[in-house]
Amino acid sequence: MNALGITGGVIQAVVITGGAPLLTGVMRQVRAKLEGRKGPGVGQPWRDLRKQFRKEAVAPEGTSEIFRVAPLALVATTVVTAVVVPFVTSASAVEPMADLFAVVALLAMGTATLALAAIDTGTAFGGMGASREVTILALVEPTLLVSIFALSVPAGSTNLAAIVAATLNDPGRVLSPASMLAAIALTVVTVAETGRIPVDNPATHLELTMVHEAMILEYAGPDLALIELASSMRLCVFLGLLASLFAPWGIAASPTPLALAIGTAAFAAKVVAGGAVLAAAEVFMAKIRLFRVPELLAGSFLLAVAAVASSYFLAGAS
Amino acid sequence: MTNTAYVELLNLACGALLATAVLILWRRQFAAIIRWFGVQGLALASLAAILAVHGHDARLGAIAAGVFALRAVALPWLLRRALARAEAAAVQPQRETRPLVNVTASLLAAAVLTLLAYAVSQPLTALTPASPAAHAIPLGMAVVLIGFFSLVTRRRALAQVTSFLLMDNGITAVGLLTVASTSLLVELGVSLDVLLAVLVLQVLTGRLRETFGSTDLDELRELRD
Repeated sequence: MNALGITGGVIQAVVITGGAPLLTGVMRQVRAKLEGRKGPGVGQPWRDLRKQFRKEAVAPEGTSEIFRVAPLALVATTVVTAVVVPFVTSASAVEPMADLFAVVALLAMGTATLALAAIDTGTAFGGMGASREVTILALVEPTLLVSIFALSVPAGSTNLAAIVAATLNDPGRVLSPASMLAAIALTVVTVAETGRIPVDNPATHLELTMVHEAMILEYAGPDLALIELASSMRLCVFLGLLASLFAPWGIAASPTPLALAIGTAAFAAKVVAGGAVLAAAEVFMAKIRLFRVPELLAGSFLLAVAAVASSYFLAGAS
Repeated sequence: MTNTAYVELLNLACGALLATAVLILWRRQFAAIIRWFGVQGLALASLAAILAVHGHDARLGAIAAGVFALRAVALPWLLRRALARAEAAAVQPQRETRPLVNVTASLLAAAVLTLLAYAVSQPLTALTPASPAAHAIPLGMAVVLIGFFSLVTRRRALAQVTSFLLMDNGITAVGLLTVASTSLLVELGVSLDVLLAVLVLQVLTGRLRETFGSTDLDELRELRD
């Protein structure tokens, strides 16, 4: 634990919590522009959140504490991830927590809690959404672990801060086949885990296709706002993870104000650019059938396995 | 070219070979399969070019040019033409509709095959532990195995031709990586053989479609007049 890591952690928590709805706004705006619409503006998600937070909290009859705790748990796990993963600085606020397995487990815990809350409502949609989400989660987690593992083999540590620092010292590593294959696998994982097209459509409320929306159908008011906020933050965290692992340029290596400012600006720019590319790509894609999702995720798992294998075997050459 | 740049470019080309092999196995649409096959030909040609520049070998340079002309231009063009004809006939959708092993299972099988490729090519890698090219042999071997797997599980003729070519790409890659100096004549002979095989298979596919109205090879189980 050092000064650099702690300042970085505080900045990351503030930037991600405040900026995540703006990222969602930018992505919707990009999509709207490409579809020839005017779009509601970048600030719309924040306006929606403000409206929701002012409402009275209501919960369906017969729901237990899990339903009320789940939004808080989801936000809490995401905030912890946002603090510990090295986004703005190359050091982590809580070094042991920045471990690959801890971060993946934290992210999975948030999703699992939400799935439990969805089952808790006892409605058909909640159960259906939870079942689908857990299916996708079970397929995503191995890929996520294995693809980051491919990057940790050359760095010699599963600590994300150590992986980022190793890539900063040796920028050529980004172009290795292991890193390239892992990048493709992680992009698919990001799309699947954050419920974007082609795995899930965040804009739909059609019963047959909903995944994430089906789980949160019973939420209203402040609880819904918390979940919406946490969803955008997760998207931000995943895009940030991609940026830190495969394009760690501009990350602050010293706790001077200038370096931190550059690090924050670089992080924001990379995440917004990633989000804009994702949104632009979505315009040209259709949601795939739910039964074909395992195929997509098996493909990304294969790429992740190939990444680990090549990072292990080609390591002997250089 | 410095040594680190050589190693990185070599690894990158081999990684691209494997990635395109996975994408060929993944996609169902013939148009997409042929596109990725063309990209793979490009990766193979750059692999030969990198080896040629590193070894200052003019013959390898000629082979790189030949590989590019054949595998990145000529073969994808032939396949596209076959696809266009089949689309004109419009007997059935131009994609692999029901492979023997579904795509999810075949992708997982390919993951196992990749690991198997690393296991079986250990003795080859151990022969010259200092050479970076030898360390990339498992990647080429994985492409061979994935191609073979795809060849035995696909039903449609065009998909089988592409799988055969995928396997051949893998064999060429392993050949380039293992052999210190290839004979231009041998390489030329092999390449022309492949071209001939594709031409013959293309004619055969055309006849198959004319006779049965389909290129599903499972239809060929019974003898008819």
